[in-house]
Amino acid sequence: MPNAHEHDHPHTEIGQEGALGYYDLMTRAVTELLIHKGLFEAGEIRRQIEVLDSRTPALGAKIVARAWVDPAFKARLLANGRAACEELGITFYDDTQLIVLENTAQRHNLIVCTLCSCYPRPVLGLPPDWYKLKPYRARAISEPRAVLAEFGTIIPDNMEVVVNDSTAIVRFLVLPRRPAGTDRFSEAQLADLVTRDTMIGVAVISDQEPRP
Amino acid sequence: MTDASSIPALDLRALVVLAIGEKPDFSEGDKVRVLTRSPIGHYRVPLYLRGKTGVVQAVIHPMAVDNEEEAYGRNAGSKGFYYRVAFAMAEVWPGYIGSTNDGLRIEVFQTWLERV
Repeated sequence: MPNAHEHDHPHTEIGQEGALGYYDLMTRAVTELLIHKGLFEAGEIRRQIEVLDSRTPALGAKIVARAWVDPAFKARLLANGRAACEELGITFYDDTQLIVLENTAQRHNLIVCTLCSCYPRPVLGLPPDWYKLKPYRARAISEPRAVLAEFGTIIPDNMEVVVNDSTAIVRFLVLPRRPAGTDRFSEAQLADLVTRDTMIGVAVISDQEPRP
Repeated sequence: MTDASSIPALDLRALVVLAIGEKPDFSEGDKVRVLTRSPIGHYRVPLYLRGKTGVVQAVIHPMAVDNEEEAYGRNAGSKGFYYRVAFAMAEVWPGYIGSTNDGLRIEVFQTWLERV
């Protein structure tokens, strides 16, 4: 009985447990100080959170699907990722450029930021936690094939694995290979196949059952 | 109305002298080495790359501030070039396991590169 959760037992109250950690406290103190000094207002922080919340892998998936169906757009996207995304109405709100990395039958691209957590936030939103943690950052650059295998992605030895380390002013987006069996897919159906992990390059898209 | 396609392209580059720093030091295909330096403070070139040799794949346009300087709030009037540089995994990691074609790509600011 899935809905038999009777409330005849107490639950722990949802709330702040224990004291704030060092960095939580520091973040709040600096925020309050900057607001107090008039450098920005509380509403501007909330606004920027809204900006980031509006950026999700669904945006990236639409870019990829458009590149698959429109060769001229794909050429522009590979020539200047930022300009091609801006053409579709995606803003970048900072000075970063975007290089779009095309996966081919010969080359598989993977992205990492070994120094911190640089990520194509304007087009994918916030990175997953594992992307920011040291095991991924250290291992993706030094043993990418082993890391890929742990994600279930086996790249044949006759293909080149290229790791892209985004530590400076450029962000990367992987353009996954269009899977076989999708000739009759609509652009929206294609976008549904594209996941966050395939645009980071830790996964590839499986071939599909052809549609009538 | 003039047909736009009949107007010849206009290229004024031959008439223009570039200011110092406006022309990239390196171009596609140049072999470069990452300097072995250990600056105190904020740096953006990973330790694993120091002293490694790679090949310039592209000049990043437009010029941008050096983000090591920007970290200290110095971000006016000091733009330069970042280069997308290709390294072989085998050059960076002795004993690398994988294909000999495997590589890495990274953008490095001009102050960290020397010509080989």
